[in-house]
Amino acid sequence: MTVAVFFGCTFIAFGPAVALFVFTIARDPLRVIFLIAGAFFWLVSLLLSSLVWFITVQISNKNSATQQTGLLIFGVVLSVLLQETFRYGYYRLLKKANEGLLALSQEDTMPISIRQLAYVSGLGFGFMSGAFSVVNILSDSLGPGTVGIHGDSQHYFISSAFMTLAIILLHMFWGVVFFESCERQRWWALGAVVLSHLVVSCVTFVNPHYQGSLIPTYIILSVMAAWAYLCAGGSLRNLKLCLTCKDKDFLLANHRPR
Amino acid sequence: MNTSDSEEDSYNERSALVQCESPTIPSYNQDHDMSLPQETDSKQRRSVSSGLDEPGPVEQERAATPEGEEEELTLKYGAKHVIMLFIPVTLCMVVVVATIKSVSFYSEKTSQRLIYTPFEEDPNSVGQRLLNSFLNTIVMISVIVFMTIILVVLYKYRCYKFIHGWLILSSLMLLFWFSFMYLGEVFKTYNVAMDYPTLAMIIWNFGVVGMICIHWKGPLQLQQAYLIIISALMALIFIKYLPEWSAWVILGAISIYDLIAVLSPKGPLRMLVETAQERNEPIFPALIYSSAMVWMVGMADSSNPNSADQRQRNEGGALAQEGVESEDDAALGGRRRFSAEEDLEEDRGVKLGLGDFIFYSVLVGKAAANGGDWNTTLACFVAILIGLCLTLLLLAIFKKALPALPISITFGLVFYFSTDNLVRPFMDSLAAHQYYI
Repeated sequence: MTVAVFFGCTFIAFGPAVALFVFTIARDPLRVIFLIAGAFFWLVSLLLSSLVWFITVQISNKNSATQQTGLLIFGVVLSVLLQETFRYGYYRLLKKANEGLLALSQEDTMPISIRQLAYVSGLGFGFMSGAFSVVNILSDSLGPGTVGIHGDSQHYFISSAFMTLAIILLHMFWGVVFFESCERQRWWALGAVVLSHLVVSCVTFVNPHYQGSLIPTYIILSVMAAWAYLCAGGSLRNLKLCLTCKDKDFLLANHRPR
Repeated sequence: MNTSDSEEDSYNERSALVQCESPTIPSYNQDHDMSLPQETDSKQRRSVSSGLDEPGPVEQERAATPEGEEEELTLKYGAKHVIMLFIPVTLCMVVVVATIKSVSFYSEKTSQRLIYTPFEEDPNSVGQRLLNSFLNTIVMISVIVFMTIILVVLYKYRCYKFIHGWLILSSLMLLFWFSFMYLGEVFKTYNVAMDYPTLAMIIWNFGVVGMICIHWKGPLQLQQAYLIIISALMALIFIKYLPEWSAWVILGAISIYDLIAVLSPKGPLRMLVETAQERNEPIFPALIYSSAMVWMVGMADSSNPNSADQRQRNEGGALAQEGVESEDDAALGGRRRFSAEEDLEEDRGVKLGLGDFIFYSVLVGKAAANGGDWNTTLACFVAILIGLCLTLLLLAIFKKALPALPISITFGLVFYFSTDNLVRPFMDSLAAHQYYI
């Protein structure tokens, strides 16, 4: 409960995402706009799911704790499904916009490819999701207080920060895989993305037993990272070339805009 | 007790005036377009299209690359202009939110009110409170309408000195008095000891440089910074002195007024914009934030036809095809002048009225002031940015002056109330159990 905790948790939660933003998105205005639009779509999905949850809570028995928890779980599942629906909706919108531009343009190159859009929209979803999950917690961590004074876990802040980090990166990977599977019409992949999102959310129901929630989340994160890497065109060979600095394409890319 | 009349006069008329400048870009004069030299046009097209490899006369080029390339250019330049407005709007909002969250003075409610909101809001009776807030709104909007009409009449009858004097008075008030107040409150919050001579020196320098930058010439970025600062100061004053419910109703009413004033044929703002276009003059630089160079009014060294051209081209800054051709004019005009100005003139940029900055920041600031919830603030922020993006998209499609308030404020209000009442309890319950969605 100090400034150190605040800065530590902020950098844990948002560090990689902000680095990604600064190095890959900030220079291109078009990508920034699509990032913010992605964040907006996530926000609308959250709004709808909160609306439904709120209505169910109003008509339920407010005194029964188990019912409230059950409704909350229902709210979580609904929210996940709505988020994925809105991701699909955003995909359709982007396809239409892209198609319109391509039809009008005599050139073959579009200003932004669908893969870049997948990455940017996934990151937009991730930013908004992470921000909504953790910003209030971070602002509370600046003030005075004792964590877990009523017997709750003392690792509340740090576990929240790590979970948020995982969620942001996961949204980005889900975006890439989702768009790719929509492009290739691989509906099983789509289902897998939705399922993994559900699994990650449902696994948080065992909090505060963080080993039960953080470990599966990070396992799923690594799997999705590998899958997204393969979807984006990477391969073991590329990886080796990149790490040993032998990849001519990559080296050239540093010197000219792509 | 109410704050002094002249203060409110000045800053209220500023808000009245600036929100009249909320039309982003006046429509471009098409005839002027066609008479421009073509060489730079071909160069521009060559640099962006990969298909063409030799200049050739522009007519042929134009035939070869119809709307396709322009569409891609439109998208790229449009996106660039959107970002050029996102950044100052974001900065203004960040300043306001940071101040609200740290300096408690601006979120404390006092019994002091502006004379423009004379009806007191009684927290006990809902009906009475609602009625009073509507009455306050009516008073405020009528004051704004009245001021705008006076401004348009003065402009029509060429009483420039009067208008300039009015603007100078109001920016004096903002730059000296309100920044003094602001600095005082910041020092109080952080318990910084400061002596009057130092303070006088700081405020004097800040104010004088501000006056010079805004009303005369100055580096573009400094001028932009000052415009952002005065918008933030004004927004903070509104947040402090407008009663709770009245503020929300006023925000809604102002966006409706903006819509009417800019789009209807007899609307005062539209008349102002059209008159300015007819006379080939820029609308007062003290009221508009411009992302590119605007101090043409002070340019003494250019020949008259040039400066008139340049002014008109700067005025007509729009996103689409004009964006391409205007860069050529700007580049061409620039060559006839000093090289220092050339790079500044390359992009005509986009203009947004200061009133838009103020009301966006009022919305986000009020969202930050009510309760400690950051989710609401974030949601309003994203909603306003998306509204601005949509407005600029419409601008690119319709290519005439558009009100910037309605879409953003509507989104902002919708998201404020729904996030505050629906999303907040949901996210709070989730955070309490540490469930993640």
